[in-house]
Amino acid sequence: MQIENTFLKVENLSKSYKVDAPPVFDDINFEIERGEFVCIIGHSGCGKTTILNVLAGLEEASSGYAIMLGREIKGPSLERGVVFQGHALMPWMTVLQNVSFAVKSKYPDWPKTKIELHSKKYLDMVGLVNAEDKKPSELSGGMKQRVGIARAFAIEPKMLLLDEPFGALDALTRGVIQDELLKICVDTQQTVFMITHDVDEAILLSDKIMLMSNGPNAKIAEIVVNTLPKDRKRASLHHDPMYYPMRNHLVDFLVNRSKHLQASASKEGGHKHAPKIVRPGVDSI
Amino acid sequence: MKIVSIKVKGALVSLFILFLMLLMWHLATGQRDTPPPTGVAEASEYSALMGGGSGGGGQKSGLPTLTQMGETIYKQLSSPFYDNGPNDKGIGIQLGYSLGRVALGFLLALIVALPFGFWIGMSPLAFEAFNPFIQILKPISPLAWMPIALYTIKDSSISGIFVIFICSVWPMLINTAFGVANVRKELLNVAKTLEVNPWRKAFLVILPAAAPTILTGMRISMGIAWLVIVAAEMLVGGTGIGYFLWNEWNNLALSSVIFAILLIGIVGMLLDMVFGRLQKAVSYAD
Repeated sequence: MQIENTFLKVENLSKSYKVDAPPVFDDINFEIERGEFVCIIGHSGCGKTTILNVLAGLEEASSGYAIMLGREIKGPSLERGVVFQGHALMPWMTVLQNVSFAVKSKYPDWPKTKIELHSKKYLDMVGLVNAEDKKPSELSGGMKQRVGIARAFAIEPKMLLLDEPFGALDALTRGVIQDELLKICVDTQQTVFMITHDVDEAILLSDKIMLMSNGPNAKIAEIVVNTLPKDRKRASLHHDPMYYPMRNHLVDFLVNRSKHLQASASKEGGHKHAPKIVRPGVDSI
Repeated sequence: MKIVSIKVKGALVSLFILFLMLLMWHLATGQRDTPPPTGVAEASEYSALMGGGSGGGGQKSGLPTLTQMGETIYKQLSSPFYDNGPNDKGIGIQLGYSLGRVALGFLLALIVALPFGFWIGMSPLAFEAFNPFIQILKPISPLAWMPIALYTIKDSSISGIFVIFICSVWPMLINTAFGVANVRKELLNVAKTLEVNPWRKAFLVILPAAAPTILTGMRISMGIAWLVIVAAEMLVGGTGIGYFLWNEWNNLALSSVIFAILLIGIVGMLLDMVFGRLQKAVSYAD
């Protein structure tokens, strides 16, 4: 094993909630390199959130393990920042207090002014510096999610875990925040693992897209390498010649192949399941 | 504008209702035009015994008239802190005793209920273990503890405080446990991923999250405590507004009794308002 070279390595991960029922997913194997933005797509109930929770250390897998920087993930850590599906801000704290709370957790020895300055820097990054004294209830959904992102970035984690962060937002707001997130991630070279349901979001943001087949016994069926250029923009995305091959491949998977794959995969058995690596528009499929 | 006008209207109607009640009181207790029949001697003697005849002679009932009521209120409020021995203290002193007992009992209950409720709320095992006891102890009238308290403590004043303690502790305990147990999971997950240490988590996440529920429990407790202190003081005697009320009944001074009742109501309302304010201060919009 060359774990030293790999930033994050997941091996043979499986999870079953009941002893007699088949596992929600099993044989999950993938790697994430430093600085990579990885999205995972799959139908509801295939265990995406569980995988993310295992990576976050909030849930334990039934078998298999996840190794980050040579150490197995056991329990939550400040090395991994999480942006939750519902923004999960403390409703009694102001925006600034919410971020400062996280910063104070990471750097308990810092003086108050330094913590505030640091927090404001990240609020500024998501364009919220004017809202720092507001309570979350006074913010729109998009702004709340921005605070959540600022909070996760402010602890300067080695990896960022995003659980459908934009699921509850309207399309316009989502687009704006996607742009911001993309910019921040490029600037900070952040490693990101993100769950999404939105194919376009995945194409815009990620370097690699992992496709999960349906549960139970869900697997990572394919790892799709994003063939669009790295400096892609939301506005010009759909003009790229690689866009439609990419999009068609993903949609086709979600609509047709995810079910079919599950059936064939369960018969297979035996050896370790390694997902196929696909480059839509470049490889001939 | 509309809300204000409704408030003003409501206040006006309230005043009108008050006026009607006072009018009815006046009519019910007012002087008769003709003197009462004096034919039956026993009857007038009886009425004299009952306190009715002693005052003005011509009253319809033994209840005080509005003027008598006003005199009593004026007399009591003009010197609330006089002290002429154990059976004759000013209303301010008596209220002070009652409020002191309630405050002390309530505070003790808070000191016990908050940490204990926290523990029960955090640990499902502790909840399951203690719940049967709480459920059995909760519905017991606090006054039922009085004999045990008097027997073991042997001091009527401390027994009163104990009774306040025992009646305040349950709502606070149950609400604290409930509030703590129902803190949103995702907020706890945030604390987990930030590796927040247990004390910071307890005081900066769980306590503020559960504070509205806890304050509701405290408000209920205070309401019950104020109900119970009157009865407890009637029972054990000595000092306090409850004792004052009972003492005045023994003196057949009904105007003082009514005055005490009004005062109990007003103080109870003020206490509730204080906790209402506190509740508002810790509540948050989701």
